[in-house]
Amino acid sequence: MSDTKTPTPRDYSWSTAGPDRPLEAGTPAPPFTLHSTPDQTVSLSDFRGQPVILAFYPADWSPVCGDQMALYNQILPEFRRHKAELLGISVDGAWCHRAFAEHRNLHFPLLADFEPKGAVARAYGAYRSQDGVAARALFVLDGEGIIRWSHLSPLGINPGADGILEALESMRPATRAA
Amino acid sequence: MAIGQSRVARLVMPVSERDHVQGPPTAPATLVEYGDYECPFCGQAHPIVKAVQARLGPRMRYVFRHFPLTEIHPRALPAAEAAEAAGAQGRFWQMHDLLYENQPAFSDPDLVRYATALGLDVPRFVTEVAEHVYEPRIREDFMSGVRSGVNGTPTFFINGIRHDGPWDVATLTNALLAVARVPA
Repeated sequence: MSDTKTPTPRDYSWSTAGPDRPLEAGTPAPPFTLHSTPDQTVSLSDFRGQPVILAFYPADWSPVCGDQMALYNQILPEFRRHKAELLGISVDGAWCHRAFAEHRNLHFPLLADFEPKGAVARAYGAYRSQDGVAARALFVLDGEGIIRWSHLSPLGINPGADGILEALESMRPATRAA
Repeated sequence: MAIGQSRVARLVMPVSERDHVQGPPTAPATLVEYGDYECPFCGQAHPIVKAVQARLGPRMRYVFRHFPLTEIHPRALPAAEAAEAAGAQGRFWQMHDLLYENQPAFSDPDLVRYATALGLDVPRFVTEVAEHVYEPRIREDFMSGVRSGVNGTPTFFINGIRHDGPWDVATLTNALLAVARVPA
């Protein structure tokens, strides 16, 4: 807290201090229910029995076109080969998500961690209270709702999808590693 | 641990005969770009890469691989197919330059116009693009990028390690010089 930086639209100039530690592999994923559209909600428990990818990210409308959500949208068929469901989560509201999803032609739900703000991100250790946004944190859950892999990226660095695919592949033969 | 685990993203598909390469095979520095012809940021990177190549000369080689984000860029795939179809006639880099210099004019007649300007066998070019002859190869580029941690377009790899952060002329030049000085 020695000096306060003014955030600029380029998200890599946000503060470099980290969020809490993200929940680690082996931890049961905290349950949640969030709005996916202004009149619909999605619960984590809806996806019992299949892998789930939770992609927390700072904000809709980052100023690049090959952004994290657009990239995952493009790779969605690969995730679906593993029967995995992808959920994007940020603190943006449902109307903002709707506009963003339409603009980027997204084919997976964006969930609004909006009220109380960032509560789900906090539960996963993926909230940056100094910036008021979710961190770029990834979680891969197995069909039993156990976190099998998690990863936290520096805010300005989009993590890509290689780690997610490796996690899905490593889960496939044995769903329950002791 | 506040910043999180650092995960070094590495190029999983080594540069080989299948690639489009500029520069000598013995160059100590290799810059691989995963790009999308319809992406405006890749369009910005195009003259930057040329400037970096001019500075490094034979100390670097440059490889371009396709990473079309077709969900947001509907003409990125036909453009990549046009580059490959030109490549089949020995004119990959000439088409590559024309595409970036003419963003985002990638309608079918535009692509035919570029093929004509390059003196290609146009009927063959049109057939190969229409029949998606090179789509498997483009898909192979794309998946190799996904596996290597490509995280948007453009994504650069320098000697096999993903280059995170700015990609202005000075930054890329310095990063390439740094690896070019290391004895192989």
